Amino acid sequence: MFKIFTQKWLTGCFGLGLLGLSLFVSGVSNAQAQDVQIATMRDNILLTEEVAPPAIAKVENKDLKRMRDYPQQPPTVPHIISKYQIDKNVNQCMDCHARDKASDVQATPVGVSHYLNREDEYQAGMSPRRYFCTQCHVTQTESKPLIDNVFVDVNDLMKPAAK
Amino acid sequence: MKLTRRDVIKAQAATVAASVAGISLPASASNLITSSAANELTWSKAPCRFCGTGCGISVATKNGKVVATHGDVKAEVNKGLSCVKGYFLSKILYGKDRLTQPLLRKRDGVYHKEGEFTPVSWDEAFDIMADKWKATLKAKGPTGIGMFGSGQWTVHEGYAAVKLMKAGFLSNNIDPNARHCMASAVGGFMRTFGIDEPMGCYDDFESSDAFVLWGSNMAEMHPILWTRIADRRLSHPHVKVAVLSTYKHRSFDLADIPAIFTPQTDLVLLNAIANYIIESGNVNQSFIEKHVNFREGVTDIGYGLRPTHELEKKAKNANKAGASKAIDFAAFAEFVKPYTFEYAEKMSGVPAANIEKIAKLYADPSTKVMSLWTMGANQHTRGVWTNNLLYNIHLLTGKISEPGNGPFSLTGQPSACGTAREVGTFSHRLPADMVVANPEHRAYSEKVWKLPKGILNPKPGAHAVKQSRDLKDGKINVYWLQVNNNMQAGPNINEEMLPGYRNPDNFIVCSDPYPTVTAEASDLILPTAMWVEKEGVYGNAERRTQAWYQLVNAPGEARSDLWQLVEFSKRFTTEEVWPAEVLAKNPAYKGKTLFDVLFKNGQVDKFPLSHISQDYENQESNDFGFYLQKGLFEEYAAFGRGHGHDLADYDRYHKERGLRWPVVNGKETQWRFKEGSDPYVKAGTGYQFYGKPDNRAVIFALPYEPPAESPDAEFDMWLSTGRVLEHWHTGSMTQRVPELYKSFPDALCYMHPKDAKQRGLRRGDEVRVISRRGEIKTRVETRGRNKPPVGLVFVPFFDATQLINKVCLDATDPISKQTDFKKCAVKIVKA
Repeated sequence: MFKIFTQKWLTGCFGLGLLGLSLFVSGVSNAQAQDVQIATMRDNILLTEEVAPPAIAKVENKDLKRMRDYPQQPPTVPHIISKYQIDKNVNQCMDCHARDKASDVQATPVGVSHYLNREDEYQAGMSPRRYFCTQCHVTQTESKPLIDNVFVDVNDLMKPAAK
Repeated sequence: MKLTRRDVIKAQAATVAASVAGISLPASASNLITSSAANELTWSKAPCRFCGTGCGISVATKNGKVVATHGDVKAEVNKGLSCVKGYFLSKILYGKDRLTQPLLRKRDGVYHKEGEFTPVSWDEAFDIMADKWKATLKAKGPTGIGMFGSGQWTVHEGYAAVKLMKAGFLSNNIDPNARHCMASAVGGFMRTFGIDEPMGCYDDFESSDAFVLWGSNMAEMHPILWTRIADRRLSHPHVKVAVLSTYKHRSFDLADIPAIFTPQTDLVLLNAIANYIIESGNVNQSFIEKHVNFREGVTDIGYGLRPTHELEKKAKNANKAGASKAIDFAAFAEFVKPYTFEYAEKMSGVPAANIEKIAKLYADPSTKVMSLWTMGANQHTRGVWTNNLLYNIHLLTGKISEPGNGPFSLTGQPSACGTAREVGTFSHRLPADMVVANPEHRAYSEKVWKLPKGILNPKPGAHAVKQSRDLKDGKINVYWLQVNNNMQAGPNINEEMLPGYRNPDNFIVCSDPYPTVTAEASDLILPTAMWVEKEGVYGNAERRTQAWYQLVNAPGEARSDLWQLVEFSKRFTTEEVWPAEVLAKNPAYKGKTLFDVLFKNGQVDKFPLSHISQDYENQESNDFGFYLQKGLFEEYAAFGRGHGHDLADYDRYHKERGLRWPVVNGKETQWRFKEGSDPYVKAGTGYQFYGKPDNRAVIFALPYEPPAESPDAEFDMWLSTGRVLEHWHTGSMTQRVPELYKSFPDALCYMHPKDAKQRGLRRGDEVRVISRRGEIKTRVETRGRNKPPVGLVFVPFFDATQLINKVCLDATDPISKQTDFKKCAVKIVKA
């Protein structure tokens, strides 16, 4: 089996474009058709093949704030929340992230946007439409993404052209 | 000021680093931007790329890149909110493996079914496609070609595709992936109301007293609509939420009345509620006398499997599954009489007391109730029945088409309504709810499309599952997929899908921005522009039509599906694809290309480039020399204007945060069929269900029938598949966003701890999920967001490394032809 579009290969060839791709492909022209693999997300597993799945991914629990891709991005959760109760009776996230609790434990208080109702008016407390935190705020496992993302941070776009 | 230890360390680290380098922090490291021009972002609007909710998104661009996305505060749907997927829309364009050139399987420099994917020019790609299409059309005629599209096509794309297939190639073998998702909803609407799509709208959320979920996990799959329900429920203590499902999920976190039912017994529960409404004297008599007919449907209709399957051979009415006969109210009451709470409890496992609580929400005339459902009801071998039965309980009580009261069929995809349904990209449909089998509808379409009379093909084409079967059987030989990943999302991959794609007689073309599993199974891959890399229109679940501009350019040679369709049409002359006798009778069409007759027809090319906004690019229009999107939209709108599907002028959609059709005299419609809110309803009538000739909706008598496959001694568990909040469908976009990938990287088999223990399994163990059709390897999860009852497992389908649809059965609803992805029998074995 000859695996052509591995993640590493794609990463390496991305900048080379047509020339690199055609040269590479011509070098493997005798490979078996069933082995032609381009579905990068399958990580080089044949469509007909089953392999051992990775162990259940562990949630990063370092409690270190992560940089946001842009100011509007909801921050990801830097700690385990698997045992937190968030239902119509209790929202345990607010034990630490409520405005009047956050400073006690040095947690991030919920953003000011969370006080806006549908009419765009600030309310005294958090809007109930923001009640289920996990609709926007998700934990991060220790898994390594299969594919890189080349999104460019706006700060980098604003820098003068690299010399 | 308190600082954590880590905060202090970080601050020190920066200072130390600077001093070690022997520099003080330079002015350029200052975070203050002093130039307002440099600081400026261009904000534009676009509907979200993901689910059928249709949130408005504010998209920031700078220097040709999308740099930020968030919920549009001006959008009525979401008022500034977005779910986690929506917030990360900025990054879906930028997976490092974006396809930027067509790739053709080649060996020794020429196309070879077993060859390696090799970059080719668009010209070479279209050359081989045209060769294959022409050869197939010559050998087999229009049934030899096929196209599989999407509820994620823009309205323009779906319209161009349906026109190319049905008016150009005279083939009805075009179907959208919405067949897997909304066909039963469509079937339900057409059967009960004679016109598709919900009568109510999202404004209902703010005035309802009770919400009942029938097979929908809105907390994860329609998160922003769930915020509106949460808002209502948590701000108004009298409001009740009932959640019915075959397993416990996140929507249960808000449930006042939770109910876990045995798969397929929703049919029993719905009939039991109808029975209760009647027996408790809560039928709205004047409503049903004026606005409702009663009918009884045929039964024993089979399971949409191959005709050779034992179950199909046994089914008496598989050939006339949609048939019914008129009955009266008394007969209907008699029909549902056996469906007592006790019987319903026995069948469903839901305690009678809970069924009664739910039934009372419907029966009590003072409670405004919304029913909501998605795939649990639609992906169901009796999905049309389930939809019909849901309408029954709203029609019996007259709780319909008024603020807070109504059945609401949610849709899964961003334009399942706008494109798949309204444009009519199904194998049996034409635009605006018309069908190919109806001679008047064909004649009307021929007129709008300026085609020779009588040219359209009257025979419905192959639907999604039949297309796979026809590919395997060599009946369809060329096949084009756009905006879907059917090799991961379609049912019974090993037995019914992969063999057809790899059938040496077949040529498979896949248009996609990324190399998906479907792309891998294909022979030619076309690199595709996505989302805001093109101008488009989507239509959401509440009939809201929303437009956006092209905000950035697609990478490399990637082109939109629209450009691909229109450009491909140039490769065919009418002589090559239309019958000689038609051309002999209509010589004006001779010597023309399909591009000439379909797109350069004096209508689609009517609007000059000067009509395009000066502020935005438009790749397709600049290439073809006219404002393609406006021309397509205006021609398409001619189908629905004056027929209950009125759309506004195209330009207006660029200014609005969407409008809900019918848009009559410039005004959108919130509640259809109700006097005062729907301009099509005549004064003095109260209601008019004008999809039916006598303006009456239909209440259907339909029984419980068992599913196609149930657990037995060997395959002893139910399997349900579905989505997760963090990933959209097969993950081809969201798995490429690192934050979304890391939030939910791999599929898992959610299982009850008792079932795990019984099999000697612990959380995290590797298992094989095996059915009669195939198997996957995954890991057991006994905790977390989904909590199945004993006897059922849930496995999501987003993970390309764990193709759970290898395991699924390709049984469909015999009326809607929609697959049941929610129930089949499996066994779970330690790997």
